[in-house]
Amino acid sequence: MLYRVGAFVISLVLIGLVVVLSGASPITVIGRMLSGAFGTADQIGRVVATLSPLLLCAAGLVYTFNAGLYNLGVEGQITFGAIAATLVLRLLHPEGASASLAPPPLTIALAIVAGGIGGVLWGLLAGALHVYGRISEIFAGLGLNFAATGIAIYLIFGPWKRPGVASLSGTQPFDESLWLGTFGQTEATPVALILGLIALAITIVVMRNTYFGLRLRAVGKNLRASYVLGVPARRQLLSAFFICGLFAGVAGALQVVGVFHRLIPNISSNLGFLGLLVVMLVNFDPRWILPVAFFFSALNIGSLQLPLSLGLESSLSGVIQGLLVLFALIGRGLAQRYGRKLEH
Amino acid sequence: MKVELRHIHKHFGAVHANNDVSLTVEAGTIHGLLGENGAGKSTLVKILSGFITRDSGEVVLDGRTAHIQSPADALRYGIGMLHQDPLDFPPLTAIENFMAGSLAMRAILNPRAAERTFRALCAQFNFDIDPQARVSDLTVGERQQLEIVRLLANGVGTLILDEPTTGISASQKTLLFEALRKLAGEGKSIIFVSHKLEDVEELCDCVTVMRRGQVVGELDLRADGLRQTEGKWPRDQHFSIAARIVEMMFGKELAMPVKPPTHQDEVILSVEGLVLRSDRLEMRIEHLAVQRGEVIGVAGLEGSGQQLFLMACAGLERPAAGTIRLADRDLTHKPYRDFLQAGVCYVPADRLRDGLISGLTIQEHVALRTSNRRLFINRAAATAEAERAIATFNIRGRPDTLVERLSGGNQQRTQLALMPSPLNVLLMEHPTRGLDIESTLWVWQQLIARCKQGTAIVFASSDLDEIVQYSDRVMVFSGGRVSPPIAASELTADSLGQMIGGRF
Repeated sequence: MLYRVGAFVISLVLIGLVVVLSGASPITVIGRMLSGAFGTADQIGRVVATLSPLLLCAAGLVYTFNAGLYNLGVEGQITFGAIAATLVLRLLHPEGASASLAPPPLTIALAIVAGGIGGVLWGLLAGALHVYGRISEIFAGLGLNFAATGIAIYLIFGPWKRPGVASLSGTQPFDESLWLGTFGQTEATPVALILGLIALAITIVVMRNTYFGLRLRAVGKNLRASYVLGVPARRQLLSAFFICGLFAGVAGALQVVGVFHRLIPNISSNLGFLGLLVVMLVNFDPRWILPVAFFFSALNIGSLQLPLSLGLESSLSGVIQGLLVLFALIGRGLAQRYGRKLEH
Repeated sequence: MKVELRHIHKHFGAVHANNDVSLTVEAGTIHGLLGENGAGKSTLVKILSGFITRDSGEVVLDGRTAHIQSPADALRYGIGMLHQDPLDFPPLTAIENFMAGSLAMRAILNPRAAERTFRALCAQFNFDIDPQARVSDLTVGERQQLEIVRLLANGVGTLILDEPTTGISASQKTLLFEALRKLAGEGKSIIFVSHKLEDVEELCDCVTVMRRGQVVGELDLRADGLRQTEGKWPRDQHFSIAARIVEMMFGKELAMPVKPPTHQDEVILSVEGLVLRSDRLEMRIEHLAVQRGEVIGVAGLEGSGQQLFLMACAGLERPAAGTIRLADRDLTHKPYRDFLQAGVCYVPADRLRDGLISGLTIQEHVALRTSNRRLFINRAAATAEAERAIATFNIRGRPDTLVERLSGGNQQRTQLALMPSPLNVLLMEHPTRGLDIESTLWVWQQLIARCKQGTAIVFASSDLDEIVQYSDRVMVFSGGRVSPPIAASELTADSLGQMIGGRF
């Protein structure tokens, strides 16, 4: 405990130092960030809009982390989910058509389901490479991230390009009937938030109260021994990739129907990597994901105001998140290494 | 170089790995260091080569006290060690490895000079290594040769070899032995750590045997009456030496059998023409039929294939040929879960690596074992189940104790508590290794109770007393050969020793 609190304090001091070095007072920065995140309904809406997919990704990553897997491919799983969702939207509502072939709510629902399937495909691909091809899931995932982004860019500049001119800003926006409903005039959509919270709730229950969760942790902690004890290890590993891909793919679909209303090259907005940080910070325990994910979302949105009001870099939020996670991991490592010695 | 180790002590926690060990190796001799796994021989040579530091004792080289704190120190004193798994850099080429391990590290490399030295040394010993070959493409034997050449280039006067003949081909072994004899002829001292009797007999001038951290005997193989003819011992001589060494390794007197008869007539496990292969050995078991309630002890020097055999019977290792049947079911090449369903259980020796999951509690282990088609864990039931296991098996821990916090004995009790019931065949490695006498008796009480219920047990142990006390029949593994099972009551220390030495 001492090491963890100590590491947390050190990270706060370092963050303060970074802020001071960049020529601002920490108090002002905190104030501006708070007002930047919660000053107006619009800003709160953007925090929630970031939080929803982040919850989905973080919940999915709980499974892979607990199975002992570093699923860095979560970004690609979001992207491929978004591509699959876009595909369904384009099929059911061809460009130029005045109405979709199915009622809009059904179209949106199908797009979200398609997103989940796309994410599962991309996740299982990484899983198969890892389980059957014996490739590190880190490299398999990173490689597939590039592949997914490549496919997205190809589609945006090729078959799905805007009429007239292809552009990095993405495909032609969808008809407004296919946009997810929002809270008032904000960017936040209730459907995304509800899906995120449901995914998180399911994850908490699965990890704490089911045999599946227990077997997943067993495999993650000692693959060989759990196999000898009769746990079907391969199936557990592939299930973890399946679920993580599912949640990430749904997040990708929500980015399409709820936030950008089109496919853009960076559709994942690095939410997958942010999810990795969140889950590492909470030590793979899903019960703490909601507050931490909320804090990270607020930090991301709040820091957007910094360049305007204080002339600071908005990437400061990345520095803060990075330092917090880094020192949390260092603290945990020290506690493991020296904390045990004290007990003996 | 003459090497003397005087009164070396080394503790690892509660284990006294080296207890007042003294060893003298004369210059120009090849000295064998024999002992079972855990006897302390590796600890001793690692102290000499600077990999671990001793608690007390003295290292004297050519009459002068040496201060060795690290492998680099040892190398400066002229002591080089060849590890069982070569300590080299697989992605680099042979010549790069040769240069990287050089004591005379300079800022600028001279590959051409290095290659000249390398080729000269290789030629001297008839080693054939391409300097530009990647080490990852070399065989274990070639990597060994590379290490020897590298150490010699650093001017070692003492060469330590840890189990050098595992995993190398027969011709490489011949080459290695010739090189070692040549080095000894040049006045260097060689320490040859092994548990293979035939290698020690063929090569060594002297043998020191260790058991449980102590030196239990020395044998001068050059002494009168033990004369070699053309590098080979006469057949009878061979067995008398083997028997003497085995006697030193395991002790003179065997315990008396204590196990009550529990076997029933029905055959539960049968093996026909089983061929098992690993990268280190190949063995064949013609026929074995184990009856319900019977205990088969598997004896032999460690690494003679006992683990391979048990794992094959458990469905964790695929046999190259032959059949494994359980009662009347053919389980050959069936997946592991079929073996589990058929009531086969494997209890490994390395508890925290293969048997239990660090980071999970006793209760979680119990739940993992009982996990069935249900979705949700019933916590109250799981706790009750764990508490019952703790009470029955007398485990010093609570349901929420992490298994890695348990002592070795309590981990073993936990492993026993996790055994499913009913059980047809139980395969165990070292059932009581590291346990005190009371726990040992208790464990066997539990196992015999299982036998009475009809479970057949096949267990491997390096404790010959345990083998004779608790087995109905005993199989001996020796260098890839397996003896037919023999009734434990017919065994004597002498006959068992000769079998372990390879005579059957």
